[in-house]
Amino acid sequence: MEKKLFTLIVYSENIAGLLNQVTAEFTRRQMNIETLNVSSSSIEGVHRYTITLWAEEETIKKVAKRIEKRIDVVKADYYTDKEIFMQEVALYKISTPKMLNNKQVSKIIRHNNARVLEINASYVLVEKTGKTEEIVTLYKEFVAEQCLLQYVKSGRVAITRDYNEDLSEQLFNEDAKRKGINR
Amino acid sequence: MEKEIIRGAEALMRSLMNEQVDTIFGYPGGSIMPVFDALYDHKEDFKQVLVRHEQGALHAAQGYARSSGKVGVCIVTSGPGATNTLTGIADAMLDSTPVVLIAGQVMSSVLGTDFFQEVDLVGVTQPIAKWSYQIRSAEDIAWAVSRAFYIARTGRPGPVVLDFCKNAQTSKVAFEPTKVDFIRSYVPYPKPDEKAIAEAAELINRAARPLVLVGQGVELANANEELKNFIEKANLPVGRTLLGLSALPSDHPLNMGMLGMHGNLGPNVNTNNCDVLIAVGMRFSDRVTGLVSTYAKQAKVIHLDIDPSEINKNVHADIPVIGDCKETLPLITALLENVDRKEWIDSFADYAAIEEEKAIRPAISPNGGPIRMGEVARRVSEATGNSAILVTDVGQNQMMSCRYFKFTKPHSVITSGGLGTMGFGLPAAIGATFGAPERTVCVFSGDGGLQMNIQEFGTIMEQGSPVKMILLNNNYLGNVRQWQEMFFNRRYSWTPMLNPDYNKIAEAYNIPSRTVSDRAELDDAIKEMLETKGAFLLHVAVMEEENIMPMTPPGASVNEMVFE
Repeated sequence: MEKKLFTLIVYSENIAGLLNQVTAEFTRRQMNIETLNVSSSSIEGVHRYTITLWAEEETIKKVAKRIEKRIDVVKADYYTDKEIFMQEVALYKISTPKMLNNKQVSKIIRHNNARVLEINASYVLVEKTGKTEEIVTLYKEFVAEQCLLQYVKSGRVAITRDYNEDLSEQLFNEDAKRKGINR
Repeated sequence: MEKEIIRGAEALMRSLMNEQVDTIFGYPGGSIMPVFDALYDHKEDFKQVLVRHEQGALHAAQGYARSSGKVGVCIVTSGPGATNTLTGIADAMLDSTPVVLIAGQVMSSVLGTDFFQEVDLVGVTQPIAKWSYQIRSAEDIAWAVSRAFYIARTGRPGPVVLDFCKNAQTSKVAFEPTKVDFIRSYVPYPKPDEKAIAEAAELINRAARPLVLVGQGVELANANEELKNFIEKANLPVGRTLLGLSALPSDHPLNMGMLGMHGNLGPNVNTNNCDVLIAVGMRFSDRVTGLVSTYAKQAKVIHLDIDPSEINKNVHADIPVIGDCKETLPLITALLENVDRKEWIDSFADYAAIEEEKAIRPAISPNGGPIRMGEVARRVSEATGNSAILVTDVGQNQMMSCRYFKFTKPHSVITSGGLGTMGFGLPAAIGATFGAPERTVCVFSGDGGLQMNIQEFGTIMEQGSPVKMILLNNNYLGNVRQWQEMFFNRRYSWTPMLNPDYNKIAEAYNIPSRTVSDRAELDDAIKEMLETKGAFLLHVAVMEEENIMPMTPPGASVNEMVFE
């Protein structure tokens, strides 16, 4: 089967060591994580992991179930690019003297809809938000002009095309059920 | 109410009592000393079993759990004490055995400094345990212990690790008993889907050649009666996995035998002849399926399992029925029709006749020659009225005893299935004598596996554990030798083994023993073993180069069993 890029979205309780449990499922299959973003979610106390990796669908399907099986993982689902909105952010540090001597550099910034965050005598800090290809294109253009001092790109953040996060409902329902049981 | 102020170690004792723990297997050491000090004051509350190696403690806790249906408990120290239990943790995970390991840990203030006997136990065990947690303060104890037991025993059971920092053992806490019976991210008993139940029942009613595969899930759910009702109502023939052997009495008319690489011919061949395959609490292990790409391709598959991640893992399920089979089996049974399936059921007998002739008779009623492993197993089983608990080590002794032992009661087979841990048998059998003190516990080992945890003779001596040990000695690492004979051109690399005098070893530990090499003496020796009060080592010199047959060779399909 063909390998495709999948985005795995995992919700878990905010507990130390949870990431290790998630990545253990990749390690045992020697699957390489492409990008990883971890942060708090819109639900208090619940963390959200956005992981991208190349895999066969059969494999990612099983891996998602195995991750969801971990006690403190609330939910794990996988998506193809068509099923989500996604963005990445990158920072580029450009040499100020080189930019002043080369008009092409400021054109590149404008053409790519990048934002300037900071300018001083030695460097210019540029930010670009977009898809991986857009960010990498900008990087290559700066490199071609030999003006790039530093570069960093984030992992992907993604949001599903569903109307809302059905998860909070699920959790609150569980809590409500729990109260109803009254054991 | 005023809360009592007690030390963390004492809070652990109270928490264990709240979980109705009655037996603890363990081994002391530096960073768990406050806990063992507290145990000194609780000799009346817990049976306290000092093993001779921490691996033995974990396996003993497994044997206890599987014979009693309760959670096995094990307490060891940090570092090497903890890492010595890892084989047992991994074993318990693969075989879904509920155990709680409490291991000492260095003080939380020095974590990460490579302190003496510090090891990242949570990090090491996370991939092989159901849950791992570090207790860093005494306030955490009541909650963590209750959560550990809840996780270990509910849903698909498994091992839980509590990494217990020394400062949490010694500091004071206002103790409040806690009962965890809900975790919002954890659904141990998924609600059965009515549609799936109805579809499953309809498919079974329409089936001409249904076959039920029964695994340990039935035993873990205590659903033995529900299984019987299910198969009897619709005349469904059954094959059992290694761990599911005692889920149905061996002599039940619908029991068609054991599945798997060294299972019985009928259920294996008919797996590829059936039209509906109904898997109950089993996970389609590769030892059961053989070549998975040719496995039951002609059949519709119904898979009953409590663990959603088992569905479609190895074999595609046309109808997944997720839930506790104690709940789902009766729901399906209620919708079943009584269909006569005599012709289909009779087809198993044809295969049984072939196997009887080619494998079973030579194994249990040979015409002279050295003693065979199978005949020992069958005779021991019959001498106990087929009511004993069978514990096995791993290898030929395991396959032969599981093939020829018979079962009349639930929770009667304790063997390392998934991990295949040599050295499992002896300590697990010790644990079983505590988990089911009213029953006879027989453990079959080979000369290789017995020596992997033979130090536990010391535990038997000290505890007076009535373990009936049957050593099938062929002077080889027999299973590997068999593969070398069949697939490696008889090149016996590292498998012939010079053995010690086992009777002398037993004598050193005050364990009565007897060596048998003559078939005529076998029954008398078995009788002596069973009539002797307490432990006994029956050392049987068996045929050196006997092969377990039939066999599904590696890479072959489930219906391609060979006899030589």
